[in-house]
Amino acid sequence: MTLLEVDGLDCRYGLLQAVRGVSLAIGQGETVALIGANGAGKTTLMRAIAGAHRPHGGRVVFDGADITRAPAHRRVSLGIALVPEGRRLFPGLTVEENLRVAAPPRRRGRWNVQSVLEVFPLLQPRRHMVAANLSGGEQQAVAIGRALMSNPRVLLLDEVSLGLAPVVVDAVYRSLADVIKEGATVLLVEQDLTRALKVAGRVVCMLEGRVVLEGEASSLDRDRVVNAYFGLRRPA
Amino acid sequence: MTLINAILQGIFLGAFYAVLACGLSIMFGVMRIINLAHGDLAVLGAYITFVIVDHTGVSAFIAFLVALPVMIVLGYVLQLTVLERSLKAGILTPLLATFGLSIVIQNLLQLTFSPDVRSLGGSAGAITTSSWLVTNGLSVSALGLVMLVVALIVFGSLQLFLSRTRAGWVMRATAEDPDAAELVGIDSRSVYARATAIAVAIAALGGLFLGIRSVFDPQSGPTQLIFAFEAVVIGGMGSLWGTLLGGIALGVAQTLGAQVHPQFAVMAGHLLFLTVLIVRFGGGRVVLRTAR
Repeated sequence: MTLLEVDGLDCRYGLLQAVRGVSLAIGQGETVALIGANGAGKTTLMRAIAGAHRPHGGRVVFDGADITRAPAHRRVSLGIALVPEGRRLFPGLTVEENLRVAAPPRRRGRWNVQSVLEVFPLLQPRRHMVAANLSGGEQQAVAIGRALMSNPRVLLLDEVSLGLAPVVVDAVYRSLADVIKEGATVLLVEQDLTRALKVAGRVVCMLEGRVVLEGEASSLDRDRVVNAYFGLRRPA
Repeated sequence: MTLINAILQGIFLGAFYAVLACGLSIMFGVMRIINLAHGDLAVLGAYITFVIVDHTGVSAFIAFLVALPVMIVLGYVLQLTVLERSLKAGILTPLLATFGLSIVIQNLLQLTFSPDVRSLGGSAGAITTSSWLVTNGLSVSALGLVMLVVALIVFGSLQLFLSRTRAGWVMRATAEDPDAAELVGIDSRSVYARATAIAVAIAALGGLFLGIRSVFDPQSGPTQLIFAFEAVVIGGMGSLWGTLLGGIALGVAQTLGAQVHPQFAVMAGHLLFLTVLIVRFGGGRVVLRTAR
């Protein structure tokens, strides 16, 4: 069953077209990795799905309803949560406050402050610390936890490993694996190809705003992905 | 003894300035809007209170409680109609929009109420004039004490709201990063509207005190705005408590200045403001950051 569908999406920054007619469908419970070089339009696509960027054309359909015009905060209550690039925590709020502001007053679900702290045990001692004073890995954990607080049906993760030490990235992905195991639907942007192929069931590769390769992670060999990633043609 | 009395009166006066400045500080802290119509909104609140007193004969304090919901709704609507649109157009547009709003309010008041000077002092009861002589040369006015207590309650409850309630955290989160706030499901429009509603309500409280302790006319707003603005800047644009202390510092400077020469009072306040501005030049930190 398709949960999230992107149909012929066009995104622009002024004259620059960042996303060109991208169509994508993500089924319930799927984990899809979005890969591509810098400037391929991955972040813009994620932001358009989350409602932070108003698309120029095309549609975003979530659970059968057209949400192309819905503001970002409405989409959160529908069940779309984005962990934005660069984390974007509220620096002056404590860890717990960062989590609490993201919990809608009504919606109930598996995720609350307690269960987020259980999945990210490194945050437990930092609970009452101001987010600005956390390390990069801790901040990333808060950013993911904050997105989980809305009990999303789709979790969008934009470069969660950016700027983190490899050992911290491992810890973050171990926690993510728990989240994915519980049947969450995830769309993630990841620069590390090996990691992307390992964690995701399906891989979508973007180049210059277009989807150039799409397939099951198990069926794609590295060379094909690398060629698509850099826009190289296979020698005849 | 005169000096101590002057300082005491300055603290009372400063509490009044702090209440006037509070809403200005909130709007700057949450939305980065410098509301040039803030003084006029305070005066508008005084006029609404005045109208209720005039028609019903109730005490100014009761009338204010009736005027308060009107001002809250006004603040809400003002944000959703005028300010939100101006915010989208860049950082200078809200300045122009509130400047225009200031002129509109002044002229509407002039049109409706004539340029006559009004006061709420007569309708506030014994508070306006009664005072206690503590020792010879040291007197505590009832109104001064009321203003100080109310100022402490206003700032204290705002502090509690921002640091202890979820709605307060949401407001601080939106102030720090409105885009990220949207992405975690916060409707920044309604947060902004709430902030403006609170600011306008507290401005009206300032207007009430203005009307009780002295007089007002349709053109009184800009002067009050200058005092409020000075209080915010002296307080370091850093925190709510900074604004309270800034207001009190301004009040004390004015009453001490009056000791030198009665005409030097307002000037002494301006000089303090200019000194702080020069010493801390460039130090405009985010207002709500320290309100944890």
